[in-house]
Amino acid sequence: MSKLSFFLGCIAPNRYPGIEISTKKVMEKLGVELEDLEGASCCPAPGVFRSFDKTTWLSLASRNITLSEEMGDDLLTICNGCYGSLTDANHMLKEDADLKEEVNKMLSEVGHEFKGTQDVRHIIEYLFREIGVEKIKQAITNPIDLKVAVHYGCHLVKPSKERHLGSTENPTFFDELVEATGATSVDYEDKMACCGAGGGARTAVIDTTLKLVDNKLEHMVAAGVDCVVDACPFCHLQLDVGQTEIKTKFNKEYGMPVLHYSQLLGLAMGFTPEELGIDLNFVDNSKFIEKIRGGAK
Amino acid sequence: MSDTIKTSELDLAFRDEVFEEPGAEKITLCFNCTGCASGCPMTEQEGQYNIRKFLRMANLGMKDELLNDPYIWYCTTCYKCQERCPQGVPNVDALLKIRTIAVHNGIMLPAHKKVGQIVVKLGHAVPINDDTKEKRKALGLDEVPPTVHRFPDALNEVKKLLQIAGFDKIVAEKEEKK
Repeated sequence: MSKLSFFLGCIAPNRYPGIEISTKKVMEKLGVELEDLEGASCCPAPGVFRSFDKTTWLSLASRNITLSEEMGDDLLTICNGCYGSLTDANHMLKEDADLKEEVNKMLSEVGHEFKGTQDVRHIIEYLFREIGVEKIKQAITNPIDLKVAVHYGCHLVKPSKERHLGSTENPTFFDELVEATGATSVDYEDKMACCGAGGGARTAVIDTTLKLVDNKLEHMVAAGVDCVVDACPFCHLQLDVGQTEIKTKFNKEYGMPVLHYSQLLGLAMGFTPEELGIDLNFVDNSKFIEKIRGGAK
Repeated sequence: MSDTIKTSELDLAFRDEVFEEPGAEKITLCFNCTGCASGCPMTEQEGQYNIRKFLRMANLGMKDELLNDPYIWYCTTCYKCQERCPQGVPNVDALLKIRTIAVHNGIMLPAHKKVGQIVVKLGHAVPINDDTKEKRKALGLDEVPPTVHRFPDALNEVKKLLQIAGFDKIVAEKEEKK
C-alpha cells in the first residue's frame, strides 16, 4: 500500500470539510494510505504571501514540507494553491543551495531541517499518474450519469515548467479522470479561464473577481451541465460562495452544484452525498442530490 | 496621470531591484505583441489592469507611480500571460516582485494586511469557525482539524518563523510615519 502524508491547507478543513473526508474515503478504496500531516499550517497562500515577502513564504512552506520529510512520505495536497506554493518552494529549495541554507538557518530555530527528499503531489495528478484511469474505472461501483463542467483551475497546470502535465491551454488528464466515473465532461467556452480567486485578488477586489466567476458560470450554464467539478477548495469557494455573492450583488441566480473531484469519485464508489458533504455547500444542492439519488437507483 | 515621462524622476535602482527576480530582465525583449494583456481574464473585466504596462514601467524605473498603482493588486496569478509570452518574460513572477517591493515600502492593502495578521495569530489564512465545526461533526470528523489549530506547539513554531522572517512587523498596524 502506498502512503502519503495528507496536507489539509486552510479552506478544505476550515470551510469545506466534505472535501477532506471524501479524499480519505476514496484514497482508502484505492489502496493509498493517508496519514494526517499533524501541525501543518497555511501553505502559505502563494499569491498573497509570496507577494508580500518571499522569505516568509519560503519559511512556512518549507516547514510544511519538512513535516512530511520527517514522516518519510511524499506530501498530498487537494488544493491548487497549496500545490502551487509547496511544489514551487520545494523545487526552489532543491535547486538553490544558498536559498536552502538560508531557509535551514530559520528552520533550525524551530527544530526542523529541509533535506529535499520528498515530493509534493496534487490529488489529480497523483491519481492520473500513479493510480491511472483504468484502475479508477475498476473501482467504480455506481457509475455517474451526469454532464460535468471540469474546472482545472490555474495552479494545477501552471507555471508549466514545474508541473510537466502537458498543454496548459487544452489539457485532458482531469477530463479523463472525470469520465472514468461514468460522467461526461462537457466542453464550454473559455474552459481554462481562471475563477478569479487567486493572487490575493478575491481579498483585494472581490467585486471584480466575481465578474470572472460569473463569466465562467454563464458559460457552464450555456453548455447545459449538471454540475462543476474542481480540483481546489479555493476555486470551489469562489464558484460556490461566489454564487451567493453574485446573487446579492448582481441579482443573478445560478444554483450550480460545485463538487471537488474527490466528492464525484466518492459518489461513483457508492458513498452517499451526505457522507461526502455534498449537502454542505453554501449553494443549496438538494435538487441535485435528489437527481443523483434517482439516477443511482 | 502624467503624459510625459520625466527622465529626472526615473529610478533605475528600482528597475535593478525588480530584475533581481530571475528572468524579470527579459521585459527588455518585449516587442509589444500584447499576447499577455489580450489573453488576460482580469484585463477583460478591468481595462486599467495591464501587466505589460506594469513591467514596462518597472523597466523604465517609474517606481513611485508603479508602486502606488492600485491595479498591481488585481492579478489573480493565473499565469496565462507567462505561459503565452513568446519572449519568455516571467510576467507574474516579476509582478509579485513589484508587489514585494511595494510591501517593503509600506504600501499594502488593508485587507491583505488583515489576512497577514490572521496568519500571524492563528497559522491559517482561513481559520476554523463555528459553522464549519458543526459541518465537521456532522461528517464524523474531529471538530478541530489536525493542523496548527489542534497543536499549540506547532502554532508556536509558525509564530517564531514569522518573527524571524520579520513578517509580524510587516503586517503590524503602525502609526503613519511623517
